[in-house]
Amino acid sequence: MIEFKNVSKTFSLGKREVHAVKDVSLSIKKGDIYGIIGFSGAGKSTLLRLVNMLERPTSGSVFIQNVDVSSLSAKELRTQRRNIGMIFQNFNLFNSRTVAGNVAYPLKLAGVSKQEIHERVKELLAFVGLSDKAKDYPDQLSGGQKQRVGIARALASSPEVLICDEATSALDPDTTADILRLLKKVNKELGITILLITHEMHVIQSICDNVAVMEDGEVIESGAVFETFTNPQHPMTQRFIQSIQQDLPSEKLLDEWRSKGGTRLYRVIFKGEIASDPVLSQVTRKHGIDFNIVYGSVREVQERFFGNLLISFEGEPEKIQKVLQELEKIVDIKEVIKDES
Amino acid sequence: MRVDWSTFWPRIVEATGETLIMVIATLIFGSIIGISLGLLLFVTRENNILENKAVSQVLNILINIIRPIPFIIFLVAISQLTRLVVGTTIGTTAAIFPMTIVASFVVARVVENNLVSIDPGVIEAAQAMGASPLRIIFTVLIPEALGPLILGLTFVSVSLIDFSAVAGTVGGGGLGHIAMTYGYQRFDASVMIVTVVILIVMVQLAQWIGNTISRKVMRR
Repeated sequence: MIEFKNVSKTFSLGKREVHAVKDVSLSIKKGDIYGIIGFSGAGKSTLLRLVNMLERPTSGSVFIQNVDVSSLSAKELRTQRRNIGMIFQNFNLFNSRTVAGNVAYPLKLAGVSKQEIHERVKELLAFVGLSDKAKDYPDQLSGGQKQRVGIARALASSPEVLICDEATSALDPDTTADILRLLKKVNKELGITILLITHEMHVIQSICDNVAVMEDGEVIESGAVFETFTNPQHPMTQRFIQSIQQDLPSEKLLDEWRSKGGTRLYRVIFKGEIASDPVLSQVTRKHGIDFNIVYGSVREVQERFFGNLLISFEGEPEKIQKVLQELEKIVDIKEVIKDES
Repeated sequence: MRVDWSTFWPRIVEATGETLIMVIATLIFGSIIGISLGLLLFVTRENNILENKAVSQVLNILINIIRPIPFIIFLVAISQLTRLVVGTTIGTTAAIFPMTIVASFVVARVVENNLVSIDPGVIEAAQAMGASPLRIIFTVLIPEALGPLILGLTFVSVSLIDFSAVAGTVGGGGLGHIAMTYGYQRFDASVMIVTVVILIVMVQLAQWIGNTISRKVMRR
């Protein structure tokens, strides 16, 4: 659906050159919700704008359904842009137009008849749950409502792709969850491919199928959200994941545990269906060992369980070894040693 | 020698009419030219929808040359051009020409300043929806800046009332001419007071109309 092929973008600021995007290749499948995460300045916003050519690549190409958008004429590009809806962090609504007027704007551009515009606007406002606000002006709306208008406006020209520029970053947590649900609905019910950028890991966690992590203009890691989440490779990815789930207690607490003569701690990570089996209790009971959950959590990632527990065992050392060997076959288990962060 | 007010009133009414014609005609022509120039000035700026360094610089230099010249000097300086275009340098019509030139450049700056205050994100959104530059000018830039734009034009029309009085002193007719010849040169304070009061009322009226329209547009 969307394909970046060795795309680079360099800005020149006076004499200095800024490499905003460096040789990025990514492939986004039709019907996907694809998230790009990175801290501000990582180049994700530039990358997103390369999709609809609000920024032109310095080298490389961007394909949408096998059409090289960087090679289109100005007129062809305008037609292509109607196939790519875009929503923004600051909503970017027309303050001089009503809610209905904002949603009607792309339809007017496409030359749709008045009667059709009227019906389509009604339908779109119903879809985003703002039927009663049609005659209001943007400055009368809350942030969440403004973003709903933004989404309705982006969907008006029936695009196949929706690109979201930090769409929830200006919203409070509750409203963020609302908007994310709406985006999921857009993807599921209308089959629209969504490409979003964010600096918040929980956005990726709650709606994305695939994720790419960006740092300094480069994609440093990409893949399915569940795999990336449960087995992050790059330190930056690990940092993002730590930002929403503290998988280990602080060094201070660990030190305290050790100084009190606490036994060895093991970190058990289990994914998916295994979470529903009483694995730990079965294995330890078999060898007559007790286990103690010191710390941890079980959470949902991409509608699958993901558990991360810190466990200590009590009993004869040989038997503990046997338990460990057996557990290794079923789950991911590692001893927590000092300095592991 | 004092004026005879029983016969002088029609003269005042006529002069007021002349001033109004000068101001309104200049406002119309000046707005048409000035708004076009202002839009051009804005869209050709760096990183804007029709970025064009050459056009932008030429316009800027032109505006910066004309604007600082005091109006009374400008009026006299271009009198040869006025004669060429209008055919005469005396009378109301002749005053409209130089007033329009100056007003156009002032309006151009006012328009540009108001457009700069539009959130660039809104323009980006229109571009992302596939709007052409011309479409963006007429359906985004003008409507989004309309409220402040009207206030800006109001400000300009108040200056125009001032300009028309200046033009009047050098043969442009209108209230400025009356005030000069009867009030100043013939030392008739009553004429001076009457013309000043009429000018004040005009300014108040212009400001009130501008405020009302802009408030309607801005819904505040």
